[in-house]
Amino acid sequence: MNTLLEFLSQGGFAGYVWGAYGMTLALLVIETLSLRRQRRATLARLARLARLRDTGDQR
Amino acid sequence: MTPSWSRFAAPATFYPLAGRLIPVFWVLAAAFIILGLYWGFFETPDQLGGSNAQKDYYRIIFIHVGSAWMSMWLYAVMVGWAAVGLVFKTRLSFMMANAIAPTGAIFTFLALWTGAIWGRPSWGTYWDWDPRLTSELILFFLYIGYIALHSAIDDSRRADRAASLLAIVGLVMVPVIFWSINCPDPNQCAALHQRSGLGRVDGNILFAMLTMTLGLWMYSFATTLMRLRGIILTREAQTAWVQDLVQVEVRPS
Repeated sequence: MNTLLEFLSQGGFAGYVWGAYGMTLALLVIETLSLRRQRRATLARLARLARLRDTGDQR
Repeated sequence: MTPSWSRFAAPATFYPLAGRLIPVFWVLAAAFIILGLYWGFFETPDQLGGSNAQKDYYRIIFIHVGSAWMSMWLYAVMVGWAAVGLVFKTRLSFMMANAIAPTGAIFTFLALWTGAIWGRPSWGTYWDWDPRLTSELILFFLYIGYIALHSAIDDSRRADRAASLLAIVGLVMVPVIFWSINCPDPNQCAALHQRSGLGRVDGNILFAMLTMTLGLWMYSFATTLMRLRGIILTREAQTAWVQDLVQVEVRPS
């Protein structure tokens, strides 16, 4: 437990070290999640277009 | 006869290839980053140097150096694809440049952010108009400018050409960033930022630093290819292969 607290405190520089690592983690996670969301949105949009095209053909 | 490599210049061929590569790059990125973080936090000394020592906060180096290298490297690669696109008029090259820009901008921001946080305990200030810091900030604006210019022009072929020219002109900043510190004659360059010198770095720190850089590089491949696949789908939406693919990927619910 003490070693964990010691690790987290980073010799008294916790704010600096975790501020740098936290921002990095946050941005990389946000980028990854937004890419996944964009992919789903693009596929859904293309599928909608395809349905529109199909109903158009039947007329 | 068409050389075999040009086959992969066709978006329809590259799309499935990228799809197979993405998981590989994710695994490599995770492996390198976990190893690099473990080594950086547990196999390195808590303190560097003698008088005026760098205390635990120097561990920011493991993401700072990797982000800074990626920010310059990705810009060079982006310009490379932009130039290939302008010369050979290949659609995929421009899409590649487009896909790299946001990841490059993120790493440039991270290099600035982590550098500022490192600067506060070691130099007593978050920011100074030091040559390297200033030129890195300009690199950030170049990425933003490339993305903004591209999205401001509706016709994607015109957007590709205009944004590529901007990117190529901006390439002049990369050697400026590099030599603003590593200049041939140190007396000519006043700088706050320490000179880079891999030879003077402790072996364990160097190992963690290089491993983290490889991890961030593999991460860049993964996100760039993911973004590229999205761009291909959007731009090739009118083609038969994309329409077939959509039928397979999105099953009617």
